Amino acid sequence: MNDQVKVDEDRAERVEKLQGMGCKRKRVEDVRFTQGKGNYVDDLKLPGMVFGDFVRSPHAHARIKSIDTSRAQALPGVVAVLTAADLKPLDLHYMPTLAGDVQAVLAEEKVLFQNQEVAFVIAEDRYIASDATELVDVEYEALPAIVDPFKSMDDDAPILREDIKDKMEGAHGPRKHPNHIFEWEIGDKEETDKIFAEADVTIKEMLVDHRTHPSPLETCQSVASFDKITGDLTLWGTFQAPHVIRTVVSLISKIPEHKIHVIAPDIGGGFGNKVGAYAGYVCSVVGSIVLGTPVKWVEDRMENLSTTSFARDYHMSTELAATNEGKITAMRVHVIADHGAFDACADPSKWPAGFMNICTGSYDIPTAHLSVDGVYTNKASGGVAYRCSFRVTEAVFAIERAVELLAQKLDMDAAELRLKNFVKAEQFPYKSALGWEYDSGDYHTAMNKAMEAIGYDDLRKEQAKKREAFKKGKTREIMGIGISFFTEIVGAGPSKNCDILGVAMFDSAEIRIHPTGSVIARMGTKSQGQGHETTYAQIIATEIGIPADDITIEEGNTDTAPYGLGTYGSRSTPVAGAATAVAARKIRAKAQMIAAHTMEVHEGDLEWDVDRFRVKGLPEKAMTMQEIAWTAYNSPPPNMEPGLEAVNYYEPPNMTYPFGSYYCVMDIDVDTGVAKTRRFYALDDCGTRINPMIIEGQVHGGLTEAFACAMGQEIRYDEMGNVMGASFMDFFLPTAVETPHWETDFTVTPSPHHPIGAKGVGESPHVGGVPCFSNAVNDAYSFLGAGHIQMPHDAWRLWQVGERLGLHN
Amino acid sequence: MIPGSFDYHRPVSVDEAVGLMGKLGDDALLLAGGHSLIPMMKLRMASPEHLVDLSAIDSLKGIEEIDDTIILRAMTTQHELIASDLITDKLPIIQETSLVIADPQIRYKGTFGGNVANGDPGNDMPAVMQCLDAKLELTGPDGKRQVAARDFYQGAYDTLREDEEILTSVHIPVPSSGHGYAYEKLKRKVGDYATAAAAVVITMSGDKCTSASIGLTNVGDTPLWAKEAGEILNGSSLDNATIDKAVSAAEAITDPASDMRGPAEYRTKMAGMMMRRALERAQSRAKG
Amino acid sequence: MSKSHIELTINGKKVEALVEPRTLLIHFLREEQNITGPHIGCDTGHCGACTVEMDDMSVKSCMTFAVQADGANITTIEGMANPDGTLTALQEGFREMHGLQCGFCTPGMITRAHRLLLENPDPNEDEIRNGIAGNLCRCTGYVNIVRAIQYAAEKMKESPVQEAAE
Repeated sequence: MNDQVKVDEDRAERVEKLQGMGCKRKRVEDVRFTQGKGNYVDDLKLPGMVFGDFVRSPHAHARIKSIDTSRAQALPGVVAVLTAADLKPLDLHYMPTLAGDVQAVLAEEKVLFQNQEVAFVIAEDRYIASDATELVDVEYEALPAIVDPFKSMDDDAPILREDIKDKMEGAHGPRKHPNHIFEWEIGDKEETDKIFAEADVTIKEMLVDHRTHPSPLETCQSVASFDKITGDLTLWGTFQAPHVIRTVVSLISKIPEHKIHVIAPDIGGGFGNKVGAYAGYVCSVVGSIVLGTPVKWVEDRMENLSTTSFARDYHMSTELAATNEGKITAMRVHVIADHGAFDACADPSKWPAGFMNICTGSYDIPTAHLSVDGVYTNKASGGVAYRCSFRVTEAVFAIERAVELLAQKLDMDAAELRLKNFVKAEQFPYKSALGWEYDSGDYHTAMNKAMEAIGYDDLRKEQAKKREAFKKGKTREIMGIGISFFTEIVGAGPSKNCDILGVAMFDSAEIRIHPTGSVIARMGTKSQGQGHETTYAQIIATEIGIPADDITIEEGNTDTAPYGLGTYGSRSTPVAGAATAVAARKIRAKAQMIAAHTMEVHEGDLEWDVDRFRVKGLPEKAMTMQEIAWTAYNSPPPNMEPGLEAVNYYEPPNMTYPFGSYYCVMDIDVDTGVAKTRRFYALDDCGTRINPMIIEGQVHGGLTEAFACAMGQEIRYDEMGNVMGASFMDFFLPTAVETPHWETDFTVTPSPHHPIGAKGVGESPHVGGVPCFSNAVNDAYSFLGAGHIQMPHDAWRLWQVGERLGLHN
Repeated sequence: MIPGSFDYHRPVSVDEAVGLMGKLGDDALLLAGGHSLIPMMKLRMASPEHLVDLSAIDSLKGIEEIDDTIILRAMTTQHELIASDLITDKLPIIQETSLVIADPQIRYKGTFGGNVANGDPGNDMPAVMQCLDAKLELTGPDGKRQVAARDFYQGAYDTLREDEEILTSVHIPVPSSGHGYAYEKLKRKVGDYATAAAAVVITMSGDKCTSASIGLTNVGDTPLWAKEAGEILNGSSLDNATIDKAVSAAEAITDPASDMRGPAEYRTKMAGMMMRRALERAQSRAKG
Repeated sequence: MSKSHIELTINGKKVEALVEPRTLLIHFLREEQNITGPHIGCDTGHCGACTVEMDDMSVKSCMTFAVQADGANITTIEGMANPDGTLTALQEGFREMHGLQCGFCTPGMITRAHRLLLENPDPNEDEIRNGIAGNLCRCTGYVNIVRAIQYAAEKMKESPVQEAAE
């Protein structure tokens, strides 16, 4: 064996031992989760802890005439009943939302959606609390409800928000109507209108991304414990953004922020549901302050689906203009956004419609205009980013449906139309017509790879045959080929345009190397299943050469973790992942100085080799990171602080723009409307890949949620404003039987501005998946002249399409 | 979701159970597998003061065949039905139906008798019992009586069982050995009630249908026995025109609710479609 | 309303208790026995996060009253680990195949898979998917859960393990 081989083998062995970036490291978390030793909020028990439960409104819109709590108070075991009258003197009956609105904690004069919180009963156990909610007597005077967002701004529409009816200047400009929240626009309206007026071809369609809910398996919950002696409040809860919760609680409770200790333990899934602040959190805090004992609040599933943060409900009038040859020349979109009774979106402050302006997608569309009107209705509030960055699923749905409609109008293949209009690899960084600067991409390569993998041409041939057979009455099944090519915008974000409640959307990492060379690192983010304890350690392992197994990652305790904005919008890897790499590099820089001093050479004479610094040209002379750590505590160079640790608050220079190419093959039984997904292929490009196993898992999960959203999951209301189907009986969460098999693939186009080139992946499959399923359904029926078919595509709705087309006669 | 308070009773004999039900009156409900009742109690749509748990009564368990009749005792679980060789052999439609009820966990606890007796129009077994012309044996203070499944159901959760009576067993005439059968259920996902479902049992002699019985699930306040549809098919060669006519007759007796599973007109058409498909599979299975 | 006296075996340990009849088994386990592995996900019997093993059945403990478990032998995820603390074939399979993410459904999923493999030691993919259809997972999309159970089935064929309750 020659020396070089030996050196290479030795290096490979050391690399493998690190379990750093790029390897399929098994998850650290799983050891406790597989043994039932996870530590979730409802597992927490404190001495003297009592339980809170809500009295909720049966009406969608009603005036509260009276609330009588005396029967409930008299029930043995009940310790308190809170109403708005109790909160008002403390100025806690309303709380600020992240979107610049206020939201009722407990309804004061009116209720504005069904199941709105009216009173909070606290009792010795959850059974008594539940009993007591039935003993609170509330007298209501029912009022007409607004369910259709298109009727919110009618002249004769009832005014919903009497608390702000005279406030004609909203958080984002003037309000046009008491039920209007904001109007937001971007792009060149005049130029866009001109291009449309002169275009060869245009399409226009109302595309509805219907109301649904993130619905993690664990509902929202909290335990508040106020210490009357010290004035300290400890709040455990299902918080995707624990530091933001601490700031919000401080602002509304007036408890100084250093006296508030927020802890997010293990979280049973979030998907956007656990970003905001909810009445239950606030009431558990108030309850604990009033009683001086810990108060637990645990939402049940019906409460979860019907009250805490819906997603979507975007009604998007979408237009494209193009040449006869299929070159898209302009896009025009107007959105009616149904925000429910309060504007409780979790978007960055300056973005009332989130990043909807990513709606030009992966295409080089020179001119565009987007306007969004947000309105109030008598529905639960929210508008959160359900497994996507802010309004990105909506945006991608709009463009990906629109290009299909355009292809149909041009009688052009939908894949070909996309290839013709993609932003080209050499155009990056690419400035979009609606203001974003896409960091990197190679769309043609990804699309071509995907088309080849799925066998696109053969599928179209098969489809043509099946269509003939259908027309001849030989089959009752039709076949759809769904395509989506998405560009996401994640990793919010640069402080110049992203803040929440005025706090810039940086994120953070603090890394400490112990004397013996093991590590603890703390982050401002919070995993809800993404495997942060595993992947952040991989980044650090690669950056500083300490095995991932020797690195503990800690999140969720605001006392110990540096301030961060939390985990949502695929921001953990782009922002906190970058912070981790930068902090690790600071440590490595200091380590280099220590090594140079100890080995009596110049820093420049050292080279980094996996887990050690070597003296160039003297390969046997080296110091491992372990040795350097000991030295840092034992005999640091003179004039250098002892210890080895670093903090980084990372301000991202730009967002990241993951992209992907998805294909779905679907067979639909026109007689029942039942659709079966035969194949689903997902190619993702999330830049540098930290842990391919976890990436694959994220893609599988996101696709499953996309499948559910597209194919049946919805929060529906009847005309009275009664919420329908708010249980897992009706709310479509597919089981293993309904869920298709997923095929995954990838290309790698690193982000040029990110320290390790990573872009984030957790939400791509959802964002790209929803339009892919919808396009498959629409493609299946397109040869029958169906026109646009709205989601969700559950069986009865597809059967109705067949009825409309006369397929059942 | 927390149920209201109640007193719990666990009798060890049918007599004791009947005595308790008589004594406690309409404040008491029977508890079998509990998978229909307990959710209702958690939603506080049912708030009984007493629950009488039938699980300790040994005589309510088991399956046996006596004189060409299968006797299914009420507390037999769906899991046990699926595992029973006797059912596989003599009444395979019951096995096929059991497999599409709820999910594996619920089938371990969910009982045949509970599914038949509680009167939920979403339950699958009642239409199958009507299809098979089963007789329900009810035991009350005055002893036993039998009621035909085709007469038993009066409305949603409204049956001919008196409050103090207990469904103790179901007696099912064994269909002829070459019979064709199928239970076809359209549902949104595992664990859901049927959007519509159809149970079909037929016998064939050559190309001719010599008997046909059809039950429909969850497309009315009660399970439906499609008598006329069966009569139309009986004696025919199951040609398309006859099937169309029978399907129309079956659709005509449905009166489904519009709900999240779809509007009424869809569910009616799906009842017809499920019947059509069940018939097709039954025919392919029929020998003779 | 009077309380009921119950005696049962939980994870091999005899337990006696006085319970209000309406106490759900899941609350009895979690609140009174400090067994917090099984979780509450849906409250209506659809998600299976509360699944426990009860007298050779997989049972949804939020759809069962504690009084119904009188005399029963119950095993939860806590009772499934190997005595020496190492992961069982199923637990290992879930880790090796990345069959979990947030971990909330995992105790119920593994408990259910345990019974599935006892009844069918060599299930095909379709049998696995149908066998776990009473357990919802919001994170994984099931593909890796199927692989995890297949992994465990293979491993158990090599060295069959005794049932934890034995």
